[in-house]
Amino acid sequence: MVKKIYFQSIFFSFFFIKEALAAESGGMPQLNPEFWVSQIFWLILTFGIMYLVLSKLILPKISNNLESRKSQILENIEAAEKQREDSDAKLKEYDEIISKSKLEANSIFNQAREKALKDIGAKREVLDKQIDNEIAEAEKEIDALRKNAPDKINKIAIETSSELLQKLIGAEVNNSSISAIVDDLSKRNGDKYYGN
Amino acid sequence: MAANPMSQFDVYRIGPEIKVGAFDISFTNASLFMILSTVSILLIFNLGSKKNSILPNKIQLLAELSYTFVSKMISDTAGSKAKPYFAFIFSLFMFVLFCNMFGMIPYTFTVTSHIIVTFVLAAFIFIGVTVIGFIKHGFGYLKLFVPSGVPAVLLPLIVVIEIISYLSRPISLSVRLFANMMAGHTMMKVFGGFVISLGIVGGWLPLSFSVALTGLEILVAFLQAYVFAILTCIYLNDALNLHH
Repeated sequence: MVKKIYFQSIFFSFFFIKEALAAESGGMPQLNPEFWVSQIFWLILTFGIMYLVLSKLILPKISNNLESRKSQILENIEAAEKQREDSDAKLKEYDEIISKSKLEANSIFNQAREKALKDIGAKREVLDKQIDNEIAEAEKEIDALRKNAPDKINKIAIETSSELLQKLIGAEVNNSSISAIVDDLSKRNGDKYYGN
Repeated sequence: MAANPMSQFDVYRIGPEIKVGAFDISFTNASLFMILSTVSILLIFNLGSKKNSILPNKIQLLAELSYTFVSKMISDTAGSKAKPYFAFIFSLFMFVLFCNMFGMIPYTFTVTSHIIVTFVLAAFIFIGVTVIGFIKHGFGYLKLFVPSGVPAVLLPLIVVIEIISYLSRPISLSVRLFANMMAGHTMMKVFGGFVISLGIVGGWLPLSFSVALTGLEILVAFLQAYVFAILTCIYLNDALNLHH
């Protein structure tokens, strides 16, 4: 019911409005040339002034602002890039230093080891030489002793035999004849007693 | 008086009558709103360009966004050759936009709802573009009326059509803006009148229409300024880069 009244009232009011509008309509004010010249004049004046101020003063400033901001941002990006590169280079340098020092440490260790080995070798050589010398000397002494041994033995043999003979026989025996016999014997049996 | 939807377009004198020779250049409400629009444009863009901070404040952002918006519009439609005309198209767009927007405030006057204003703008653009075309291309600019790839038989007809369409540019440009503004404002006034005459019972329906129409009209106000500017760019493009 309320709805019906609502729509009816809308419907009827259209008639009234139409009548009210029809009574007052007097054409378009736009087509009345009374103020055309005034409008053209003020349009040219205001638009012209606005155009001049905008184009000469304001727009260059805005474009300047935009340009400077753009260039500043680009500069900042460049600076950041440069710093990044710098830090990369520093990192590389640091790595290099570390690897270099590692190599150095290695080489120092190797050198030390070599030196120690050389020292040991040198000392051993010296000792070897000393030992060899001593051995050679001892051998020489032994050789000398061995060489002298038959003579001494012969001499002892001769003296002993001569004394033996004197005791046994009681007569002087010529030493030279005994020595000849001993020499002969030792020549025959020397190899048996002394090896070589 | 107030019920007449056309009475909002009345031009009336403010202050004394000023006459220069036979011409009446009195200060009217139309003049008032032209001055208001231009002064607010200059104020906003002056404030928006004063400081140059890396992080723009709101008004600077507004100015710079409008600048890049218009400059992109021009470079997209008319190419880089249209750069010298940037200031003019920017002023044109802003002027039409602000006049349209001021008209959306109740009890104000819409400058662009008058055919004489839009026609003067359109005629200036038409004459300017034609002069630029003839300066850039000499009589070669007449090739605009002779599209390539048209059969010889059809050529006379096409040329006539092209000339008519070229000559009707200022009319279509001015009437489009004027008619849009006038129709929208008239419609809003009519619906506003319905709200009053239907009263508390039936007035809600036209009131809701009125609200919706206000949104639509703000959109149209922006759109028509944009269309006006972009059509100017397209005409300029024809004059600068002869394509046919």
